[in-house]
Amino acid sequence: MATKINATGMHYKDLNHLVSSAKDKDIIIENALGHRYIGSSAADKNIEIHGIPGNALGAYLNDCRINVFANAQDATGDTMNSGEIIIHGNCGDAAGYGMRDGKILIKGSAGYRAGIHMKEYQSHIPMIVIGEKVGDFLGEYQAGGRIIVLGIGHEDECPVGSFCGTGMHGGAIYIRTEHAPKGLPVQVKCTDASPEDIEAIRPDVEEFAASFGYNADELLKSHFFKLVPNTANPYKQLYVNN
Amino acid sequence: MPVNFFPAQFEVIRNTDKCIKCRACERQCSNEVHFYDADYDKMLTKDAQCVDCQRCVCICPTGALKIRPNENAFRESANYTQQIMIENYRQAGSGGVLLSSMGTPKDYPVYWDKILINASQVTNPSIDPLREPMETKVFLGKKPSTIKKNPDGSINTELPPHLELNIPIMFSAMSYGSISKNAHESLARAAAELGTYYNTGEGGLHKDFYQYGENTIVQVASGRFGVFKGYLEAGAAIEIKMGQGAKPGIGGHLPGAKIREDVSRTRMIPMGTDAISPAPHHDIYSIEDLRQLIFSLKEATEYKKPVIVKIAAVHNVAAIASGIARSGADIIAIDGFRGGTGAAPTRIRDNVGIPIELALAAVDQRLRDEGIRNEVSIVVGGSIRSSSDAVKAIALGADAIYIGTPALLALGCHLCRSCHSGKCNWGIATQRPDLVKRLNPEIGYQRLVNLVHAWDHEIKEMMGGMGINSIESLRGNRLMLRGIGLNQKELDILGIQHAGE
Ligand code: SF4
Ligand code: SF4
Repeated sequence: MATKINATGMHYKDLNHLVSSAKDKDIIIENALGHRYIGSSAADKNIEIHGIPGNALGAYLNDCRINVFANAQDATGDTMNSGEIIIHGNCGDAAGYGMRDGKILIKGSAGYRAGIHMKEYQSHIPMIVIGEKVGDFLGEYQAGGRIIVLGIGHEDECPVGSFCGTGMHGGAIYIRTEHAPKGLPVQVKCTDASPEDIEAIRPDVEEFAASFGYNADELLKSHFFKLVPNTANPYKQLYVNN
Repeated sequence: MPVNFFPAQFEVIRNTDKCIKCRACERQCSNEVHFYDADYDKMLTKDAQCVDCQRCVCICPTGALKIRPNENAFRESANYTQQIMIENYRQAGSGGVLLSSMGTPKDYPVYWDKILINASQVTNPSIDPLREPMETKVFLGKKPSTIKKNPDGSINTELPPHLELNIPIMFSAMSYGSISKNAHESLARAAAELGTYYNTGEGGLHKDFYQYGENTIVQVASGRFGVFKGYLEAGAAIEIKMGQGAKPGIGGHLPGAKIREDVSRTRMIPMGTDAISPAPHHDIYSIEDLRQLIFSLKEATEYKKPVIVKIAAVHNVAAIASGIARSGADIIAIDGFRGGTGAAPTRIRDNVGIPIELALAAVDQRLRDEGIRNEVSIVVGGSIRSSSDAVKAIALGADAIYIGTPALLALGCHLCRSCHSGKCNWGIATQRPDLVKRLNPEIGYQRLVNLVHAWDHEIKEMMGGMGINSIESLRGNRLMLRGIGLNQKELDILGIQHAGE
């Protein structure tokens, strides 16, 4: 059985209380309209959202699957710990802020600062796949994990905005394009993705393709750039003891 | 050989009559200053490496050692001091940003020392705390401005979440990573015994310390290190770090070298990689955005924990605090510019921010004027050095105080201001196992308890002297304060009269 919640006219606090106290694992929210913090720190739930959820969707998420059948807003998956957020539309700014495990799949485009402060440790490796384009400051301060931008439908331009990888000191960004991002910071190295790199992201792209009805093999045939930092200690040279 | 542009800053003086060449100093000094020369059968020193941490002096069994500032002097100038000259030499040699630690050593006015406390004479008799009960318990959090009634006419007694402190003193945020595990254990156990709180700082919570959760404030900073549901739920309150007094506008960079396995696991970040938490939270550009983070934390913890927003004392602190008080925060922590730090760019530490005394007075007044003082509690830190500073802070309007440096002093810190080197000889600001074990948490926690108990007793004596038997009656009671040697503008900002008035 699934719990169905009609969010019309409901305060986010009440909605989230219904979600966290629901006995069923499956929850279907209808008529979401800017309700914040849906699924915040939820664990072991399968949440389907119809309508547009508000900011900080799935913040501190634990082992939970959230499907959004519309656009999502800012701070989606903030400090996400594990689980999966699948957005069948576009996503606002700061998606995956500080996430350290789990996956965010975005069918359309994402706003500024996607994957900012994303980090990995031990066996925990977070991942974001963005189907179309993404705004400025992608992977800012990234300290781990994989960000994949597919640029679907934007094959004749670079699908990432300016200042990509600012402060990046770990992880990798893969961009499906012929047009390398311009003005990368000095500590970010941009190379053509090797066949091994493509294999490394194959499972991610396959999952994206399966979620949104694309052909992963077709997507992976294209040219990808891979961005990695060339130092894990960007500040080492900056200081002198006083 | 290249010429070194400046001499050692300290001189290690060894009384050879007393020295028994036991080489204890050599083993104790992580800066490798002392060494034994077998050819001459003599203990020698490399003075240039000494940071004046006093470890060898304290450890020497015969008291043979003394550290003195090097008396060698550059040609005197009140403008180009020797310190400024040396700093320029350092930068010319390296191209680096100057990095320092602990509070600024510069000679800025300490307003605590220009404020005097009142005492009762004849009328309104003073109270003896040894004889009569004194209340120093405080509750931090929102105080409702109206009484709400239930449908049946009874009074709704549900209150917003509060922190309950037996003593209005908490240990301020110091992260695991910047200080050692043994230092954290000492703070956690002391907080538990004292009935107050310590603060994890932004470095996550070590698994061994979840047991002290009831006495723990967990911090969330821009890097979100170690933040997850279990962490948020472990603490009694959550502090959002927006700023730090010693380095307003600057974030934290814990160098990769300090991120060993345990720190990596606790912070949930890769080993050996710099831990970067920039000053801005890149999802906060307004009070409305701050509100979003506050409520995201409240949602995640079911509105059971008060949320503290910590800011540095800066020029327009009163307006900022007013915004925070309206943002849904339960407590505002304000950190003054003389506060300590494990590492900060020297120029920031020594030049940015304002004194906590002025910031506190301005914030308290502003919130009162706007009728929202009850919306938040105010906690201040950033150089409260003694119980009398604490009494003055409370009389200026603080609900409670944060102490950082005095807590480190209790653990053995000698304010050598070298925390950023990671080689703290006292086992505090280091992750080197051989140094960490010098700090015994069993002794450390007891010393912290002693310190705070002593302060508590002094606070009660000063309160008793004023004829006040409850800390609540001291809070914001500026009539109990007088300025000494302050100009009218300073008195106006502090909201106090001059001595003799
Ligand atoms: S650094 Fe500390 S232990 Fe080493 S010589 Fe100087 S005062 Fe002694
Ligand atoms: S904590 Fe250690 S390194 Fe830092 S000032 Fe104190 S004694 Fe020096």
